[in-house]
Amino acid sequence: MRALLLPLSATSGVNGTALTVLIVLFLLVTVAGFLATRFKRAESLDSLEEWGLGGRKFGTVVTWFLLGGDLYTAYTFVAVPAAMFATGAVAGFFAVPYTIILYPIVFVFMARLWSVSHRHGYITTSDFIRGRYDSRPLSLAVAVTGFLATMPYIALQLVGIQAVLTVAGLGGSGSWLTKDLPLLIAFAVLAAYTYTSGLRAPAVIAFVKDILIYLVIIVAVIYLPHHVGGWSHVFSAAKAKMDATSATTGKPTGTFMSVSTTHWAYATLALGSAMALFMYPHSVTASLSSKSRNTIRRNAAILPAYSFLLGLLALLGWVAIAYGIDLKKDLGGNAQLVIPQLFESAFPAWFAGVAFAAIAIGALVPAAIMSIAAANTFSRNIYKEWLKPDATPQQEAKVSKIMSLVVKAFALVFVLTMDKQNAINFQLLGGIWILQIFPAVVFSLYTRWFHRWALLAGWAVAMVYGTVEAYKVISPTTGGHFGGSLALIPGIGQMGYIAMTAFVLNVAVAVVLTLVLNAVKVSNGADATSPGDYHADAGDPRVDADVRSHAAAQDPFADPEALA
Amino acid sequence: MTLGNQDPPTPPESPQSNGRTVRLVVAGILLAIPVVALMAVPTYSKTDPTLWGFPFFFWYQFLWVFLCAGFTYGAYRVTLSAGRKERDR
Repeated sequence: MRALLLPLSATSGVNGTALTVLIVLFLLVTVAGFLATRFKRAESLDSLEEWGLGGRKFGTVVTWFLLGGDLYTAYTFVAVPAAMFATGAVAGFFAVPYTIILYPIVFVFMARLWSVSHRHGYITTSDFIRGRYDSRPLSLAVAVTGFLATMPYIALQLVGIQAVLTVAGLGGSGSWLTKDLPLLIAFAVLAAYTYTSGLRAPAVIAFVKDILIYLVIIVAVIYLPHHVGGWSHVFSAAKAKMDATSATTGKPTGTFMSVSTTHWAYATLALGSAMALFMYPHSVTASLSSKSRNTIRRNAAILPAYSFLLGLLALLGWVAIAYGIDLKKDLGGNAQLVIPQLFESAFPAWFAGVAFAAIAIGALVPAAIMSIAAANTFSRNIYKEWLKPDATPQQEAKVSKIMSLVVKAFALVFVLTMDKQNAINFQLLGGIWILQIFPAVVFSLYTRWFHRWALLAGWAVAMVYGTVEAYKVISPTTGGHFGGSLALIPGIGQMGYIAMTAFVLNVAVAVVLTLVLNAVKVSNGADATSPGDYHADAGDPRVDADVRSHAAAQDPFADPEALA
Repeated sequence: MTLGNQDPPTPPESPQSNGRTVRLVVAGILLAIPVVALMAVPTYSKTDPTLWGFPFFFWYQFLWVFLCAGFTYGAYRVTLSAGRKERDR
C-alpha cells in the first residue's frame, strides 16, 4: 500500500486543478447568495425581523440545513481532526458525545425560548432577560458576553478558509498581496451578500455546503481507509503514535481513548460544550428563525445525523496518521492543516478541489450567521437600549447591517495581523464565557426564583474565575498562557473543563445570594411574561394577535396584556 | 374532540392533567437516558469487543447517535400528544 502514496507537499506550489474547482464552486455559491433575496420573498428587508430572522418562516428542512450549516463550522472540520491527529481522543473525539447530548438539552429549553420570543418579539436572549427581570444590567451582561464570545468564533472561520488556501498553494508565503488577497476577496464576497440578503443568504448556501460536505466525507471515509490498510490499521497506527513518548514533553503524545485519569475531562468537555453551544447568539438566531416550536423539536431528533458525520471526520485525523502525514515535515508544524493536506495528498486533484470548496464554503455559512447574530445583539441590546432608545425599526436594521460588516472586518484584521494562536485562545475563552449566561437564560425560562442581582453576581464571579484559570494553563509545547481548556477541579482532584467548574461556581453564588436577597426582600423587578407565553405556538390566534399588536406599537418590550 | 358534551369542564386536578404530567415525565426520562449514558465514560472506555476494526469506545459512541435520535424523537411524540390533550380539554 505504501508504494501507492504520492510524495507529500505541504506548502510547495499551486495545485492548479484543485484551485480551479475551488474557485468555480465558490463563484457558484456567490451567485446563490445574491439571489437569496428572492427566497421566500419578503415585502422589504428593512426590518430586523426580515433581514435578521428571515421573517421567521423557515420550516423543518430549511431549519435543518441552516442549523447544521451553522453549528458545524469550518473550524470544527479543521480543528477536531487536527486535535485527533495531534493529541488524540480526549482532545478531539469528545466532540461526538458533545454533539449527541446537545439535542436532548436543546429539546428541553429551546421550544420555551421560541414561544416566549415569538409572543414578545424578542430576537436575542438578552431581550428575553430584559423582559423577564426588567433588569438592564443583567441584560447588558448577557448581550456583551454573547457579542464578545462570537467575535473570535468568526475569526476562526477565516482561519479555516486560510488553512485550505495555504494547502491549495495560495497564501502562507510570498508577498502580502498573494498571501492575503484571496482571503480578502472571500471576505468581501461574504460581506456583500450578507449585507444585501441577510439570513436568507446563509440559508440558501447552507444547502450547497451540506451537500458538498456529505459528499466529501462519505467518499473520504469509504476511499481513504481502504488505501491505508483498513480501519483496524488506522486504529493501530493511531495507538502507536499516541502511546509513543513525545520529545518535547517527555510524556505520551496523546490519548488513544479516555483512561481513568481523563474521564472527568472527557465528560465535562462534552457536557460543558453542549450546554454552551445554544447560548451563542448565532445558534439562537438560527433557532428563532424557524416557523413553529415543533420545527425545533423535530430538528432536535434529526440533527444528530451531523454528529455521525463529525465522528467520521474526527477519525480522518487518525487516517492521516496511518497515511504517514508528518507534523513537522508535511505540515510545517501546523496541525490545523492536516485535513486539507490529507485531501490534497490522497485525492485526485479535481476532487481535492471539491473538498477544499466544501471546507471554505463551510466557513462562509457560520461566519455570515455569526456576524448577523452579533450585529442583532449589538443593535438591539446595546445601541437601542443604551445609546439611542428612540431608534425606529428602520434605524435598528440599518445599524445591524453596518455592524455585521464591522464585526467581519474586525475578524479579518484579527486573523491577518495577529498570530493564529491568539484566535484559538480567544475562542477557548469565548467558550468558557458563553456558558456563564446559561443560568440567567435557561433557568429563567422555568422559574423566577433566582434573583436578578444574584444571577449577575454569579455571572461576574464565574467570568473572572474562568478567565484566570484559563490564563494559568501553560501549554506543554509552547510554554505560553491559555494553553488549553482543562484545569484541576477543586475537591475532585481530576482535570476537568474550566467552563464547567466556573458554571458550578456561578450557580452556587446565584443560589446563595438569591436566598440572601429574597430574605431581605430586595425587589426582583417586574415580569413582562406570563406562564402561557412559554407554550404559545404559531397559528395560535393569541400569538398572531400579539405579534401584530407589537408591530403596531413598535415596542417589543411592552407587556402584551397592556397592549391588548 | 367532543368529549365536553356530557362531561363538565375538567378542573386542574383531573385525570387528564395527571396524564399530561406523566407524559412530560416520560419525555424527560427519554431525554435524560442518552445524557446519562454518555456521561458515564468508564462504562465504555474499553477496546473490546471491536466491530469492523473499530474499538468498542468508538463504535459505541457512534451507536448513541442513532439511539439518541430515537429517544429524542420518542420524547417529541410524547410531548406532542401531551400538548394535544391539553388543548382539547
